[in-house]
Amino acid sequence: MVTELVKSENHYQTAFRSIRESSPTVPWVELVRSGAIDRFEQIGFPTVRDEEWKYTNLAALAKETFQPAAAPVEFADANIARFAYPETKNAHLVVVNGFLRDDLSTRTGLDEIVAIDLFSAVADARYNKIARKYLARNANYHDNGVKALNTAFLQSGVFLWIPKNVKLETPLQITFLSDTTQAPTEPKRASFPRLLVVAEENSSATLIESFVSAGDGSHFTNAIAEIVLKDGARLEHYRLQNEHRNVYHVATTAAELGRASSYDATSINLGAQLARHDISVVMDHEGAECWVDGLYVGGATQHTDTHSVIDHKEPNCTSHQLYKGILDGNARAVFNGKIFVREGAQKTDAMQTNKNLLLSPQARVDTKPQLEIYADDVKCAHGAAVGQIDEEELFYLQTRGMNPELARSLLTYGFAEEVIGKIKIDSIRSQLDEAVLTHLHTRLEA
Amino acid sequence: MLEIRNLHAAIDGNEILKGINLTVRKGEVHAIMGPNGSGKSTLAKVLAGHPQYEVTAGEVIYEGKNLLEMPPDQRAREGVFMAFQYPIEVPGVSNAQFLRLAYNEKRKHHGEEELDPLEFKDLLKERAKVVEMDASFMSRSVNEGFSGGEKKRNEILQMAVLEPKLAVLDETDSGLDIDALRVVAGGVNQLLTPDNAIIVVTHYQRLLNYIVPHYVHVLAGGRIAREGGKELALELEERGYDWITSVDTSKTGAGAPAI
Repeated sequence: MVTELVKSENHYQTAFRSIRESSPTVPWVELVRSGAIDRFEQIGFPTVRDEEWKYTNLAALAKETFQPAAAPVEFADANIARFAYPETKNAHLVVVNGFLRDDLSTRTGLDEIVAIDLFSAVADARYNKIARKYLARNANYHDNGVKALNTAFLQSGVFLWIPKNVKLETPLQITFLSDTTQAPTEPKRASFPRLLVVAEENSSATLIESFVSAGDGSHFTNAIAEIVLKDGARLEHYRLQNEHRNVYHVATTAAELGRASSYDATSINLGAQLARHDISVVMDHEGAECWVDGLYVGGATQHTDTHSVIDHKEPNCTSHQLYKGILDGNARAVFNGKIFVREGAQKTDAMQTNKNLLLSPQARVDTKPQLEIYADDVKCAHGAAVGQIDEEELFYLQTRGMNPELARSLLTYGFAEEVIGKIKIDSIRSQLDEAVLTHLHTRLEA
Repeated sequence: MLEIRNLHAAIDGNEILKGINLTVRKGEVHAIMGPNGSGKSTLAKVLAGHPQYEVTAGEVIYEGKNLLEMPPDQRAREGVFMAFQYPIEVPGVSNAQFLRLAYNEKRKHHGEEELDPLEFKDLLKERAKVVEMDASFMSRSVNEGFSGGEKKRNEILQMAVLEPKLAVLDETDSGLDIDALRVVAGGVNQLLTPDNAIIVVTHYQRLLNYIVPHYVHVLAGGRIAREGGKELALELEERGYDWITSVDTSKTGAGAPAI
């Protein structure tokens, strides 16, 4: 078993050597990359013996040979714009298998925002200082082989820099597309999308990350987004994962918040056969506020896992967290939410809720909200719930003429709506309403 | 319109209704009164088709059809409406959305064309006047965060939209202050036509000052113990329920003292 694991991980080593040749970079990035591949070699993929991965087994993923791309794939989809929302059609970046594709991207709505290839930013005199300071800082690869792997295969990605006082009116969308259209004879691919967002003082922007697949082949998406909000910066961040059900999707979002900054994250997980999302928010300056909300929907044999860490390090910060899950069929979900309130982080206000709706007797969720408080003047609350459709609610809807199927759909929709309803972009909201119901094989003409 | 014959019903094996007989014709208002535990709410729930209640004997004929054979949603589409004593909250679903879905389900059932959101909005605006509800209630989630009075008004709004042939109001007056009671009762009166009928289930006579019944039926121990006109309600208000329950037990020869 062990030999087998090592053997299969070896192809990442081989691939790494080849990308080091095909994509040379500045020395400090070379160091980061080689440090990361070394770390991966040491620790490999996490296993269920690791407490953080107790319920999510990557053994099947580790065993398979997913080939990291060494160059952008040929991908000429004339209809790439279909992934853009009407609100973002002038500010849409397209990343295919981890490589930013300028030819498929639209930047006319970007104003003064810098949105360029991360791999060129690290070598660009205008941005390399920022990139060097923040790259691989919040998404630490030392504790986790998946993050190490992403870091080792840094060859492209997106560098997003929002200058001081700039308010971006148009939401910016980045579509991360997994090209899973390989022929059966071709190797399955791995992609390593990477995003670094640095929002300078008092800037404000809305960012949509959408993860989608072209084709129905197997694929390994290993994504990292690092987000830095300087003092007074505001970011509304939507992360929409709707990859094909043959895809492994393992991802990290890591944010650090400056003084009085505001980070509003909503993560929607609908797709992939196995989806794992680690989201962390470090509040190490006073007066920051964050919303770390999400919705996961699973059907059939899908597995979806969210691990979140909200770290209150300084006083007067507020965090709100609402995660909801809807599980049908044999789907399984994991929610693990940690909130730390460090010593001295007085007047912290932290609220965490996880609610799950199980639509079938076989669906399962493991939820673990955790609060660790080392300060004495704080307001913290957390709770988790797992339930089924309420029979009295069902009866109420039936007495209003709705058949049981419609009534169940409506109640399920209503359950999801608490998260979806907060999304401020109309077309995303309506698309999600539809997606949630389609996912559950029900329809609702509302 | 409605013919209840020797209706027996049980919950968890306990018989609550022990032979109810009741006839309701078009244009009539019937009040079902009785002390706590007499079975009046059970009767309302059985008529609406609550799955926890089991009908053990008897029959209910509604508009010539066997009501008990229909699932609750079909009863509703056929024109039976129950206003809940404790209306259920439906988070995430707006009142307007909810009402339009319900309304269109009924339209479809009767082979009529569905209304689109704009058409429905106009209709809703008109019907909301019946219970003096303003537009802000339409975009709020169904009953979520509503006060007791608002929930009851919302029930009557649903009734106004769905235009039932037979409405059963289950303790609609409970928890209402006098102003809310007046609005709710006023709404119900506006909805009463020569072609429909209303059964008002209530503990107190108070509501019947506003919704004046043609008949009053007093339940005790799962049976109708006494029947009369609206003056019977006034008598109950004055004398309480004890005299009825004691009359009832002596009549059946059980000999148990009145509680």
